[in-house]
Amino acid sequence: MKPFTVHRGRVAPLDRVNVDTDQIIPKQFLKRIEKTGFGQFVFYDWRFTEDGKKNPDFVLHEPRYESASILVAGKNFGCGSSREHAVWALSDFGFRAVISSSFADIFANNSTKNGFLTVRLTDAEVATLMQRAQQVDDYSLTIDLEKREVHDDQGFRATFPVDDFVRHCLLHGLDDIGLTLQHESEIAAYEARHPAPSALKLAIQ
Amino acid sequence: MAWPVKNYGADPVLQLMTPAKTLFEKIWQAHLVAQPAGRSPILYIDLHLVHEVTSPQAFDGLRASGRKVRQPARTVATVDHNVPTEPRGTPITDLIAARQISALQQNCKDFGIRLFDIDSPDQGIVHVIGPELGITQPGMTIVCGDSHTSTHGAFGALSFGIGTSEVEHVLATQCLAQSKPRTMQINVQGQLSEGVTAKDLILAIIGQIGTDGATGYVIEYAGDAVRALSMEGRMTLCNMSIEAGARAGMVAPDETTIAYVQGRRFAPTGADWDRSVAYWRSLPSDPGAHFDRVVEIDAAQLSPFVTWGTNPGMVAPVTGRVPEIGDLDDSERRATELALQYMALEPGRKIEDIGVDRVFIGSCTNSRIEDLRAAARVAKGHRVNAKVRAMVVPGSQTVKRAAEQEGLHRIFQEAGFEWRESGCSMCLGMNPDILQPGERCASTSNRNFEGRQGRGGRTHLVSPMMAAAAAITGHFTDIRNWKFQ
Repeated sequence: MKPFTVHRGRVAPLDRVNVDTDQIIPKQFLKRIEKTGFGQFVFYDWRFTEDGKKNPDFVLHEPRYESASILVAGKNFGCGSSREHAVWALSDFGFRAVISSSFADIFANNSTKNGFLTVRLTDAEVATLMQRAQQVDDYSLTIDLEKREVHDDQGFRATFPVDDFVRHCLLHGLDDIGLTLQHESEIAAYEARHPAPSALKLAIQ
Repeated sequence: MAWPVKNYGADPVLQLMTPAKTLFEKIWQAHLVAQPAGRSPILYIDLHLVHEVTSPQAFDGLRASGRKVRQPARTVATVDHNVPTEPRGTPITDLIAARQISALQQNCKDFGIRLFDIDSPDQGIVHVIGPELGITQPGMTIVCGDSHTSTHGAFGALSFGIGTSEVEHVLATQCLAQSKPRTMQINVQGQLSEGVTAKDLILAIIGQIGTDGATGYVIEYAGDAVRALSMEGRMTLCNMSIEAGARAGMVAPDETTIAYVQGRRFAPTGADWDRSVAYWRSLPSDPGAHFDRVVEIDAAQLSPFVTWGTNPGMVAPVTGRVPEIGDLDDSERRATELALQYMALEPGRKIEDIGVDRVFIGSCTNSRIEDLRAAARVAKGHRVNAKVRAMVVPGSQTVKRAAEQEGLHRIFQEAGFEWRESGCSMCLGMNPDILQPGERCASTSNRNFEGRQGRGGRTHLVSPMMAAAAAITGHFTDIRNWKFQ
């Protein structure tokens, strides 16, 4: 996994609440069997008209946001389907982080497995960043995971909560399957006490 | 099944010595493999359900790192999300979907996993076949790369959806590192009125607490109205827990649960059965157990519900109206305006005045035999409105056979409904069953997100009875006034 330490980048405002994973990556693009190439489909129904033309009114198509790598959005970002394709798509499109006042659990979990950061700030802080991203030219933010801090060049500074272990894995780009397998002897001991039920064993024959 | 070393519920001395625990806490503790300092606890997973859409990248990950599936005996797969619902044997014209299905077939073969394939008599939506085959059992930890895995919580299992990285993690280790969620009890007192179903109850709950109202929590549904639900009703209730943001939804096992599981194909038998039942009876939350949050609902106050917006919390009683914008605060106003614009509805519109073009009865929320019986009871002796196209998609081949034995398919067909093969179908439109732009649909599924059932499609979530009634009258209709024939 790609480590996340400090990232500075342009900010794009997506001023909507409850952005669900069906919007982030519509279902017709979930049939690929690879993890790559989803960026072209991100927010597809908002970015493109029904005849496949670029929708110039969608915020990410405004020239000033085209190189954005940080998204600011309304509360409950990533709700709905568990599709990890949503994180792959945002990441592949060029985003490294999303800032919101709340995230759906599965989306937040999926993000941590892909070196993608979900930054949780207060409603008031998100409102400030949303406004600045809309009004300030070339608005950029720095996200420092080591310090758990977000700041801009206009005096905004805020800290965000992140689980210690999740932070450790993100900072070092650790593979958490490997970490779990460090507990092989405990897993094996648990399995010795709790064998797979015999009826279920039949299910695989 | 992961047996706890000690059965606290059955030992009065230990029970006195241990603090009162919730159903969730008991299952969580029984599955702790390790609690590394400064890290999330590692939880053992009893059952891993797999489908074609969220698994191919996970199997590729195993191959890339030279890992095996640790416990094929605890892993079960089926194809559901993008299988066509035309008669089986019709070639799959979507080549990318066909490639995803064949990838799962190959992966199951390579890694030794039981697959209920497209031509299997047991194929169906993963959350329908787990319970009906007796694979889903109380007290288990169950995961699947699908958010509606919360369905299995109806059995008193801890069951939740995961992403593809975690699918790979479970395949490789049979464990997951999980931070411990908080607990919420939703206590539904009283009884639901005639015509008000588990679907209406969960829509009412989401409407009340919001689509992020349970984020970070595991919900336990309790109270007389929940106890009175059948297993199918409890599955509908737990299924949509995720739509309130919950990590999982659960109902404590009781005699209804035990009677449902008994005798199913992969359910325990003989001495295993007796031991299982004794354990299951020890699982309900102890009196006085602490929940981080408690929500009270009065079942008797509820009506049939219809969603009017673009998330499942945007809901009104069938006798009500689309909200007036002026009544809302700023943050809600903008979301409501966007939703109404997408849905092509004006504020204050009477719900019963909203007409429909399509009706979909199916999905992991409402495609079980009881759902089809309820819809057929409404449809019997009536005709689908001339301007409506209506389809019924059974949740599994087993449900389909049972419905056909009871003659439900004939009731539907005579009324003008299409009777299809099993799968996820128009719930998410990954197969050819989709809405056309601008079409309005009464749907028994779980999500009314923009474009969910097809780009530009407008989805209203309802119960199976309400969907059948809308198909016949051509608009939303209060089922409590229905003339059953």
